[in-house]
Amino acid sequence: MTKKQRKTLIRIILAAVLTVVLHFLPVTGIPRFCLYLIPYFIIGYDILRKAVIGIKNGQMLDENFLMATATIGAFAIALADDSGDFDEAVAVMLFYQVGELFQGYAVGKSRRSIAELMDIRPDRAFILRGDSVEEVDPDEVETGSLIVVDPGEKVPIDGIVEDGISTVNTAALTGESLPRDICPGDEVISGSVNMTGRLTIRTTKPAGESTAAKIIELVEESGAKKSRSEQFITRFARIYTPAVCGSALALALLPPVVRLITGLSPEWHTWVYRALTFLVISCPCALVVSIPLSFFAGIGGASKKGILIKGANYLESLSKASVAVFDKTGTLTRGVFDVSDIHHGIMPNEALIRYAAYVESPSSHPISRSIQRAYGNAVDRSIITDIQEIGGHGICAKVDGVPVAAGNGKLMQKIGVEHHECHSPGTIVHMAVDGAYAGHIVISDCVKDTSAEAIRKLKAAGVKKTVMLTGDNEKTGRAVGDELGIDMVCADLLPADKVAKVEQLLSEKPEGTTLIFTGDGINDAPVLSRADIGIAMGGLGSDAAIEAADVVIMDDDPAKIAEGLRISRKCMGIVRANIVFAIGIKLLCLILGALGFANMWLAIFADVGVLILCVINAARALRA
Amino acid sequence: MKKSYKIEVDCANCANKMEDAAKKTAGVKDCTVNFMALKMSVEFEEGADAKAVMKDVLANCKKVEDDCEIFGI
Repeated sequence: MTKKQRKTLIRIILAAVLTVVLHFLPVTGIPRFCLYLIPYFIIGYDILRKAVIGIKNGQMLDENFLMATATIGAFAIALADDSGDFDEAVAVMLFYQVGELFQGYAVGKSRRSIAELMDIRPDRAFILRGDSVEEVDPDEVETGSLIVVDPGEKVPIDGIVEDGISTVNTAALTGESLPRDICPGDEVISGSVNMTGRLTIRTTKPAGESTAAKIIELVEESGAKKSRSEQFITRFARIYTPAVCGSALALALLPPVVRLITGLSPEWHTWVYRALTFLVISCPCALVVSIPLSFFAGIGGASKKGILIKGANYLESLSKASVAVFDKTGTLTRGVFDVSDIHHGIMPNEALIRYAAYVESPSSHPISRSIQRAYGNAVDRSIITDIQEIGGHGICAKVDGVPVAAGNGKLMQKIGVEHHECHSPGTIVHMAVDGAYAGHIVISDCVKDTSAEAIRKLKAAGVKKTVMLTGDNEKTGRAVGDELGIDMVCADLLPADKVAKVEQLLSEKPEGTTLIFTGDGINDAPVLSRADIGIAMGGLGSDAAIEAADVVIMDDDPAKIAEGLRISRKCMGIVRANIVFAIGIKLLCLILGALGFANMWLAIFADVGVLILCVINAARALRA
Repeated sequence: MKKSYKIEVDCANCANKMEDAAKKTAGVKDCTVNFMALKMSVEFEEGADAKAVMKDVLANCKKVEDDCEIFGI
């Protein structure tokens, strides 16, 4: 509790005790009223002060002003009736303050629990200067400096290990609790915890641009992108208060006037009292606070599991997903390819692999890397000339003056070489050496352990259609698709085709639902931005992925997509429950108040009660 | 130009009121107040003097919610 909150609590207790004592005191009339003013001012002086300031600034519908009007009105009625029942006025103020206090406390508590989740950025770094180690603010560490991280400490800045062997735990970033071994030359990411040995790290980024800082910024900024539910509530709040106040005025004036005209007694007291009851319920607080609180908690809970959602709006659309589209390589499969076979070779396999390794060497594509691995020797780049990379087809180059082409069947057709179709699933690299077909290399990729489970869970969560897009051939795509239980496989796609395919799927999806696309975030940027929600996998350490996507999955576990969907559904359920519950109770109170069944006591109880329940409900989203 | 400020405000509805008040201030193109993170991000009009505009923003916010504060102006 803050100092301010403790003070409010003391005021609440003091005013409550005083009111109870006064209730049983046998004083009547004006002296009784004066005595009641003591607890009233103790509990309400700040509200009254703010009400006066509000009037000065022309803020007539400010909740302080309304509370002040309601309570002063209650006093006036009690005085006019000479009932001596001043409890109500003080109680309304008292419970209003209880509600405010609780709201402040709960919001502060969720802020703190999110801050704890986000406690991944250490506030000190140990910089190595010569032989001595100096403690500094991470923001002051220049890129390329050497920093020392002892076991048990968090890595403050992204960098590369220069010295030391250890294991690091990235659980706070990815939700993955399996520690990772690292040795000199490996990258380490800020926010991971060094577990066993002392590490010396050369920093590669300033602290402000390191992973930990980016994640914190992302989660904090996520609230700025407001969801439609939140916008709805803001609009609702804007009309709610004036509407209730207008009705209160009508309720105070119209029925008595009508009664007067029809010759009945006007019963001013009754109707003014009912109108004041309206004012007590006029504050939209419970609604207004519970919605952003739910989203904040939902996003915080998801980030604990290594799922970063960049805005409340994305959380909302994620919950409506009906079509899930995946990129194959690196998303559903490991993206680690191995040469598994060579067919129809016209030369020794080693020689064919050597040509392939040379011609593919300029490319950083996973296929190229697997061929390099299979070759196993260094490539002498000086003998490669006339390199020509044809997107979606392959590469042509001269190796030692011999023209070599490596790529898919389309490339062979393009250069006019007849090739043999391959019947094995996998990526096929056809080779043409010196203008003649020289055989093909079969490269296959294996699916991730959790991919099948991810697809199953998505379907269980209500995703109607799963689609896999791949640049690979139909056969490979089919094989993977069947293995994972994917509904639709679109193969042989060039990068531009993927966008077109997603656009087509977008136009076919059911009304009011969304399409999610999951890719590795590096090659898929256009598709990621075209989909309703773009999810990038393996965001850890990749700025490009974090920039391009709406949702970032820090590690490369596809099961997290279903997890994210589940979290978003739960959060939206809470949001909807809060909206319906808060509006419902308020409407009920208004109706009961207008008909004279609810007095001010009930109104303020209902108002504060709804607030408390909504806030408690919102906090559930944190424990995703 | 976009800038982010730390703010202090007690209730969610007051945060919304601050957002409205800031949006109506001359020199402010757009503004969002994030009640949970206690942050106000302001997008200024082309060529506006952020410091001067923020003074007006604070004054306007004080009018709708006396208890609020904007830091780092």
